[in-house]
Amino acid sequence: MSAREEILGAVRRALGDADRAEQPVPRGYRDATAPEGVVDLFADRVEHYRATVTRCSADEVEQAVRAALGGAGKVVVPEGLPFHVEGATVDAGLTAKELDAMDAVVTTATAGVAITGTIVLDHGPGQGRRMLSLVPDMHVCVVREDQVVAGVPDAVARLDPVRPQTWISGPSATSDIELNRVEGVHGPRTLNVVVVAPSG
Amino acid sequence: MTATFVGMPAFPEAARAALADTQLRQNLTHATGTIRAKRASVVGEVAEWEELRLAGAAIKDNTLHRLDEHLLTLEAALVERGAVVHWARDADEACRIVAEVAKSHSIDEVVKVKSMATQEIGLNEVLAEHGIAAWETDLAELIVQLGDDLPSHILVPAIHRNRAEIREIFRDRMGEVGRPAPDDLSDEPAELAGAARLHLRQKFLNAKMAVSGANFAVAETGTLVVVESEGNGRMCLTLPEVLVSVVGIEKLVPTWADLDVFLQLLPRSSTGERMNPYTSTWAGVTPGDGPQEVHVVLLDNGRTRALADEVGRQALRCIRCSACLNVCPVYERTGGHAYGSVYPGPIGAILNPLLKGTGVDEQTDSLPYASTLCGACFEACPVRIDIPEVLVHLRSKVVDAHRDQRPKSEALAMRAAGWAFGDARRLDLAEKVSGVAGRVAGRLSRRSLPGGRSAVSRLPWPGSRWSDARDLPAPPPESFRAWWRRTRGGNEEER
Repeated sequence: MSAREEILGAVRRALGDADRAEQPVPRGYRDATAPEGVVDLFADRVEHYRATVTRCSADEVEQAVRAALGGAGKVVVPEGLPFHVEGATVDAGLTAKELDAMDAVVTTATAGVAITGTIVLDHGPGQGRRMLSLVPDMHVCVVREDQVVAGVPDAVARLDPVRPQTWISGPSATSDIELNRVEGVHGPRTLNVVVVAPSG
Repeated sequence: MTATFVGMPAFPEAARAALADTQLRQNLTHATGTIRAKRASVVGEVAEWEELRLAGAAIKDNTLHRLDEHLLTLEAALVERGAVVHWARDADEACRIVAEVAKSHSIDEVVKVKSMATQEIGLNEVLAEHGIAAWETDLAELIVQLGDDLPSHILVPAIHRNRAEIREIFRDRMGEVGRPAPDDLSDEPAELAGAARLHLRQKFLNAKMAVSGANFAVAETGTLVVVESEGNGRMCLTLPEVLVSVVGIEKLVPTWADLDVFLQLLPRSSTGERMNPYTSTWAGVTPGDGPQEVHVVLLDNGRTRALADEVGRQALRCIRCSACLNVCPVYERTGGHAYGSVYPGPIGAILNPLLKGTGVDEQTDSLPYASTLCGACFEACPVRIDIPEVLVHLRSKVVDAHRDQRPKSEALAMRAAGWAFGDARRLDLAEKVSGVAGRVAGRLSRRSLPGGRSAVSRLPWPGSRWSDARDLPAPPPESFRAWWRRTRGGNEEER
């Protein structure tokens, strides 16, 4: 018998005459009242992880991104970025080693989660392939205020499970040495988030 | 790595050795104290925490009760999205599948995301036998691997090491397997993390194949989820051309929407953060992004045995957060190695016997006793596994498994007690003897229990085997029945 058949058979035998009726799952947590001022909360919580947050209006994005990049020399951007980054290389299938030579990457995001201070990328246009926002040491991520939701359930509800996703909460960190959080391991050691208010 | 849990002594013996290690106890007290405080603070922020625990338990139970159906749904979804699905009955079969994937591409080096399932099956050792080097990329796993050591905690396998020890390991060993640690490396955690970044970056950039586990597998969509902190997971899941994920069959959740419970429960219970730095999700192959050859190995290795145990099957809800380790008074004192398994602590004390079976080896049979049954683990468990209930259940199974063997001293003592209690005259006699013993013991004892009652700290053999780890309250000089007769139930008190 194949391993597949054997495992499925063992599962069925193990459950024998177990009651297979569906138990109700309490879902009241999905209706929890959203905190006031989710965008402010989002900014606070992102900063709590020692990322920086800049707030700006729609027509100030390019300026804010330039400031967030600081002195980064070699900057890479994905295709489909809705604003211009002066002097940046547009990714057209760079290898990981080529990306390793870049100082910074600029992307957009698909959602922000206020309570947990999380940005979510689903790697669509403007966000790039997964390795793009991973290998360079600085990540500047532009989030629109209307993308920010209150909690994890709101984010899960609006995301597409078939797309690859990266949930980012602060810069790369570890708690592996005496359980103290230390920023800066393999992912970008600097995370600068630009939060854009709607224009007008 | 030559270190192995195989042949570890039973818990009481291993614990005795661990308790004598004062450095270990200091490291553990500090680490578990830190994480307990962090967890308590972020769990306290969530008003719906108890409801989330109930939801987590119910979702997992519903999944387990229809596990056959969900596995088939997951398989179909994965295949539809371009993944290759393998089934592995046991550790050998799973390791062989991974090795064969590597060999089919002539790969002799793989990078690994921290994964309990691959620890459990001893994958690195088997790959080494096939001439394939497996590099652990999680910082704590790297410390364990370079130190030729064994993991002692589910979340932080090197929890037993302090910063000074880690510095020594990095300086001595990194150069042997890749980029050496900087000469002026200090024991500052940030510098140690920086050394790991440089050492491993080389490996990530050159890796052709990665091996991961998964924290969750969504049956409906074929989405796998890896929850991590450092970015080593993202590196492994994104840069290589080939990805193999070894997933225990209990990791399933039915739908994507169900993750809204677990992505709240896991980080807060585990590292005590509102959210872990990185969570990656992927469903099969994404053209032009990440590995273009994706394998998923669905692993049984004792899980169907655990599922067959009506009381014990709740252990399969476990999401490997390690909150139960951090609150356990036994774990805090003995550390993880004493449990002789990659799954230490309270969850290990039930999971190992459930996966391997009781009555098979002495070490596994000793684990359900490695607990005071205080219940702190149940309170902390984000999916409400009633660990004390399962411990008591497994103790009875261990006793049952040994019924036809030469009775142990505990069983003999119980039998003698049964004989004495079975007859009023015999009980009188036993009480008289114990009263005399109590008067002698009370006079000799230098120790007293809370409440002032004197205690015997050491019994003569064979009782010494029991009193080695426990204080025995000195028997009262007069039994209740004797007191009742003498005073007519207290009516003629103390004449």
